[in-house]
Amino acid sequence: MGRKLLLEHANVPGIETFEVYRKNGGYRSVEKALKTMSPQNVMEEVQASGLRGRGGAGFPTGMKWSFLAKPEGVPRYLLCNADESEPGTFKDRYLMEKIPHLLVEGMIVSSYALGCNQSYIYIRGEYMWVLEIVEKAIAEAYSNGFLGKNILGSGYDLDLAICPGGGAYICGEETALIESLEGKRGNPRIKPPFPAVKGLWGCPTVVNNVESIATIVPIVNDGGAEYAKIGIGKSTGTKLISACGNLAKPGVYEIELGLSVEEFIYSDEWCGGIANGKKIKACVPGGSSVPVLPANLITKTAEGADRLMTYESLAEGGFATGSMLGSGGFIVFDEDQCIVRNTWNFARFYAHESCGQCSPCREGTGWMEKVLRRIEHGQGHMHDIDLLAEINKKIEGNTICPLGDAAAWPVAAAIRHFREEFEWHVTHPDEAVKRNFGIASSHMPLI
Amino acid sequence: MVKVIIDDIEVEVEPGTTILNAARKIGGDIVPPAMCYYSKLQGSGGKCRTCLVEVAAGSATDPRPMPKLVASCSTPVNDGMVVKNKTSQRVYDNRAAVTEFLLINHPLDCPVCDQAGECHLQDLGFEHGKERTRYEEKRRTFDPIDIGDKIKLHMNRCILCYRCVYTANQLTDQRVHGVMHRGDHAEISTYIEKAIDNDFSGNVIDVCPVGALTDKTFRFKSRVWFLKPMEASCECTKCAGKAVIWMFGDEIYRVTGRKDKYGEIEDIDGKTAWICNECRFDKKDKSMWKIEGPRVINRHSVISQNQYIADDQIESKKLTGK
Repeated sequence: MGRKLLLEHANVPGIETFEVYRKNGGYRSVEKALKTMSPQNVMEEVQASGLRGRGGAGFPTGMKWSFLAKPEGVPRYLLCNADESEPGTFKDRYLMEKIPHLLVEGMIVSSYALGCNQSYIYIRGEYMWVLEIVEKAIAEAYSNGFLGKNILGSGYDLDLAICPGGGAYICGEETALIESLEGKRGNPRIKPPFPAVKGLWGCPTVVNNVESIATIVPIVNDGGAEYAKIGIGKSTGTKLISACGNLAKPGVYEIELGLSVEEFIYSDEWCGGIANGKKIKACVPGGSSVPVLPANLITKTAEGADRLMTYESLAEGGFATGSMLGSGGFIVFDEDQCIVRNTWNFARFYAHESCGQCSPCREGTGWMEKVLRRIEHGQGHMHDIDLLAEINKKIEGNTICPLGDAAAWPVAAAIRHFREEFEWHVTHPDEAVKRNFGIASSHMPLI
Repeated sequence: MVKVIIDDIEVEVEPGTTILNAARKIGGDIVPPAMCYYSKLQGSGGKCRTCLVEVAAGSATDPRPMPKLVASCSTPVNDGMVVKNKTSQRVYDNRAAVTEFLLINHPLDCPVCDQAGECHLQDLGFEHGKERTRYEEKRRTFDPIDIGDKIKLHMNRCILCYRCVYTANQLTDQRVHGVMHRGDHAEISTYIEKAIDNDFSGNVIDVCPVGALTDKTFRFKSRVWFLKPMEASCECTKCAGKAVIWMFGDEIYRVTGRKDKYGEIEDIDGKTAWICNECRFDKKDKSMWKIEGPRVINRHSVISQNQYIADDQIESKKLTGK
């Protein structure tokens, strides 16, 4: 069993209340940071930990913090991105629902390190019940002197507010989140300037994922060097993986980075293999926006090395034979699942969630969705498959924000690895309509 | 001042200038097309992606190329930057792709569209478009709606450049129209069909790069290339009164602002010469205007083709930018 840093006490009864959380060692990091460390010390610990942003991009958190501009007399803001809307990703919801105080504690320590006196948690509109849980935790932190003026007599003031979004995926993009928080339409901003220089209300701003902020707590408690010992290479620490799809035991797991994918899927300690004794057909290892992996590339890389749950190992082979760890939304498909239908479903999501600001994404996502819908419903042509590949090449990299890339990658990968299945849909239109599954990958062996 | 090389031509510009404006300083055909950027409107640009260019060298200190194509209208130049626009096949291909994206839901009703002849999308399609569409799906459609009693909105033709939204934000007191919905069903709309009632609302017609916003006093009256554009001025208490009147014989068919070759309203005496609704919609009698002379429209347009004006005069007008 791997070490648990975030979910260690997740199943203690009453952990969502301040008393129980405090009894289980909660808010130690606040005491430690505010009483014995300078903000610079906290920043150094985070840099030493090698923590990489848990929202999906995997950008080192310590480096992101160091970019924050610190002009005199201008407030700085820390925003927590709890707008978790990627299909397949539900780790932040679990964390906030189970141990909301961990997020509040992380926000206090992180705000202290960045010198923010006002911080916000931007939560997804659909998570209304989670908002109530976190709101209660914030109120408890206020009444126990961990938030507000002069926290623990250290002279440091912090106000923490929670703000619900309207339920738009695009507001998880950091500049769209800032726009939305300012009360505007959630359109991503054109960068530069980056939020670290000009963010919320024109002030320097850092936007971090829920899990990244929660991870600051064990880093401050145990020290960054201790944290960096977990994991392999540049993938340090533990990561929450939300496993779903055709698994025997889907759910949110905290793993040490470096666990092998094979063990994660098949070991009884983790997902317990594929449900109903079926075989695995494909896997999306990091939320819907990352490339899908076919059966022969899930547990081994193209070179035959074991694939591990790390940022590097999952990306091994680039987009040709690799994927990404992303946000940790681990989706597994068994042999009965139709890749075309699934790809259409993802494309439909991105077409619906595109903000409509820049032309390649606005028109391209809608176009891909319509073509995929036709193929899935038995009205496709052979040239549609090449057209799809062409469209996503022209969206990728030409858009304002990464949503265009996120929409293009899964379609590109599905065509790259499962072209036969697309062709089968074109050549067998009648069967494609009748059967809700594909041809179970005839050209590659199932594992 | 910083030095930039665009398509092998060197130019010196102020630090902080965008690539597009540096290219406009050089002028000619190396200027990337811009459908959404409008120098007179703050915050515009970055959306249509037609102005994408390749940066072959980021700066003198860091000469690495930028991995992605960048939007030239919103990317500031660095000293020693090398930009490729016309000389890059990659730029051409991606711009052609953006043109295709812009056209898939466009009705292509140029034969009945009032913007034909002065439409930026038409130019872009002519330069980069394919002769056939690969789009086999149903186009997204909307019903035309009235925005006030003088402006018609054809949402089908809109490319969502947001220029009219910025115009309403920056020129009029209260914006009552904006973008609703998301993705490819996003639309420009007034909130619950509320009419725009403001002295400068008519400028949304001038900034629209396509035929989405048209002048109801001119709709279907004539094709623009049959009309004589004349520079004219009038005494107006609301605006500078400097406009272009479009005449057929002695009759004024329409009045617009004075647009330069990038489709932007010109600065006169240091101020952008937006015109008011009274000048635009109501002053349709020749006696109300003092005609200053013929107007040269030189934005790759057919409009100026039949003007009786000496070649050297056209050249000098181009040079002074008038």
